[in-house]
Amino acid sequence: MHELSLIASLFEILEAQKAEKGFTKITAIKLRCGVFSGVVPECLEAAFEVYKKDTFASEAKLILEVVPVKFRCRRCQQIETAYDLPFFCPVCQSKDVEILDGTELTLVSFEAEI
Amino acid sequence: MNRKEITVFEDLLGSNKKIANELRHYLRAKGIFTINLMSSPGSGKTSLIEKLIDHLWPQHPLAVIEGDIETDLDAARIRAKGVPAWQITTGGACHLEAKMIARIIREIPEKTEFLFIENVGNLVCPASYDLGENLRFVLLSIPEGEDKPLKYPKAFLTAQGLIITKIDLLGPISFDLDKVKEEARKINPTLVIFTTSSRTGEGIKEFATYLIQQRQRFQENNA
Ligand SMILES: Nc1nc2c(ncn2[C@@H]2O[C@H](COP(=O)(O)OP(=O)(O)OP(=O)(O)O)[C@@H](O)[C@H]2O)c(=O)[nH]1
Ligand SMILES: [Mg+2]
Ligand SMILES: [Zn+2]
Repeated sequence: MHELSLIASLFEILEAQKAEKGFTKITAIKLRCGVFSGVVPECLEAAFEVYKKDTFASEAKLILEVVPVKFRCRRCQQIETAYDLPFFCPVCQSKDVEILDGTELTLVSFEAEI
Repeated sequence: MNRKEITVFEDLLGSNKKIANELRHYLRAKGIFTINLMSSPGSGKTSLIEKLIDHLWPQHPLAVIEGDIETDLDAARIRAKGVPAWQITTGGACHLEAKMIARIIREIPEKTEFLFIENVGNLVCPASYDLGENLRFVLLSIPEGEDKPLKYPKAFLTAQGLIITKIDLLGPISFDLDKVKEEARKINPTLVIFTTSSRTGEGIKEFATYLIQQRQRFQENNA
């Protein structure tokens, strides 16, 4: 389970934002999570619930947006998205695809009380 | 009280990636070609490194970093062969991170040609952490069955290669070699695939030769 390390990284970024912008409390956090990010959303949420206690984000809600994998067909160059394996090109049916996106885990934004 | 939405767009693995890139830079300057080995517990990572040592050492100076949750048994196995080895015990964490490697990287002797990093036995979490390696290989052993690539797509997606280990068990255990290769290539068509046995030595020489060639290319690009 590496979700706890990821939440620790999230709080490092939030701490830096807090030092810079000087808010007192965070009420919501939006994360974007690729279906191939290697993260189990439930584990991430559980880790967040544990970690946020007694912090400036103790009342914050975690909003997870799961985004699909984006891939390009190596045969006809078509770009497509999908949530599930196996990936194949709907235009030419080729399975030879290059994954472009869908492995990311990004802090998109947060809502703070200023 | 005012509520305000603040846009950030920052990668949660960004700080790890930054350290990994610094490591890669350092290793490149030293001519150290680095291989990150990932697999489920017990797939044969340490055994493979031991066999590679028999082919590479001492003509090709090498060093080994062993990641483990608790013990330092694996590093002891490597040191028994006279090869410098460091154990990182993660104390519960199920993966190595770049900052853990950064703490010991300067202890690696000058003139080292290959650095093998054995990740913590786990196919999920290590896949997300770049360690500054040049090559990432996933190991999959015959007893584990053919469906691993579909269960752990990120590991197969981020690796350059796959090593199917314990090939000597093919026969007693039913395992469809072609099927697993096909499944793995569905996720990552560019995977280089080797089959090895640390029992019989099958395929080890081929993999060692491949590594020597890859390091040569790395050195040429360095020049
Ligand atoms: N039959 C057979 N057994 C092997 C082979 N390679 C390793 N083993 C056995 O598999 C077990 C695990 O091997 P290790 O090399 O310790 O595996 P590992 O991936 O380093 O394990 P962890 O570090 O605990 O994740 C040991 O009992 C080995 O003797 C092989 O090629 N064939
Ligand atoms: Mg081991
Ligand atoms: Zn196509």
